[in-house]
Amino acid sequence: MSEIEPVTSIVTPTRLEYEFTAAGAHAEFLTRVAQGVLVGKRCPGCRKVYVPARGNCPRCGIATAESVEVADRGTITTFCIVRVPSGNIDLKLPYCAANILLDGSDMPVAALLQECEAEDVRIGMRVEAVWKPKKEWGPTFENIRYFRPTAEPDVAVEALGDWA
Amino acid sequence: MSKSPPDPRFSAPHVIEYSYRRSLGAVLGRFFTELRGRQLVGIRRPGGQVLVPPCEYDPDTGESLDEIVPVGPGGVVTTWAWVTRPTKRHPLDHPFAWALIRLDGADTGMLHAVDAGSESAMSTGMRVKPRWRSETVGEILDLACFEIEGAA
Repeated sequence: MSEIEPVTSIVTPTRLEYEFTAAGAHAEFLTRVAQGVLVGKRCPGCRKVYVPARGNCPRCGIATAESVEVADRGTITTFCIVRVPSGNIDLKLPYCAANILLDGSDMPVAALLQECEAEDVRIGMRVEAVWKPKKEWGPTFENIRYFRPTAEPDVAVEALGDWA
Repeated sequence: MSKSPPDPRFSAPHVIEYSYRRSLGAVLGRFFTELRGRQLVGIRRPGGQVLVPPCEYDPDTGESLDEIVPVGPGGVVTTWAWVTRPTKRHPLDHPFAWALIRLDGADTGMLHAVDAGSESAMSTGMRVKPRWRSETVGEILDLACFEIEGAA
């Protein structure tokens, strides 16, 4: 044994591969985002608006009904500065992944923030979507290339309610 | 809306993947080192029972275990399930069985694939032997699969 290089570690692959087919509220979201519109669904119980649209309310457990258009701008509720490279992400480090509460929505979406130095990102910062050219739009949230800061004043943390 | 056929534009492959490198420690490190050398080993408990794959601590008392013992190479299928349609991630690209194999000298079953050819060739209590990969690196699929003992 002594002259043999021992095995000290193994790679443990964890992988789940599946085909996802959007229907109902998800399909509505994708149809509308292909037209450049972000749409959510309002819960008839708690009145909260979920974006991307979902068919049920996770709080109340009841079906959502009313479709609501929301803005392509909003407020950062939380964020993460990424400093570690990853094989499947081709971005200059460090970059910022942010949760953004779109105006008119009650649930933040996760998105990429650009045109902003990592040290300048703040909770409460106002941001807007930068869309791909219209001819490249398809039924995907990737129509939005990223979000970038607007010149608007920050939203007070207390005003972010559940999300701060 | 849910009654209409799904729009093919709304279907996409999704992959959730998290691969990591796991440190093995003294006992499993030895298991995989031996495996690379095409040897199977287990670990003996104070009562004499041999556990395969070996574990670092006695499952009942938590006592540290360190007596590595050779087992196999042949063994007995104690239970099995036939896989009719293997996926890309399975160790074999044709139908096979997942089986618990109690290696000779062991008291526990180890999960692995059995390349039996057909489901009718499988039975609880059947004898199997390892089929080794031509090049071994120190991972579980160095042992490519088990095959029926006595088969060519």
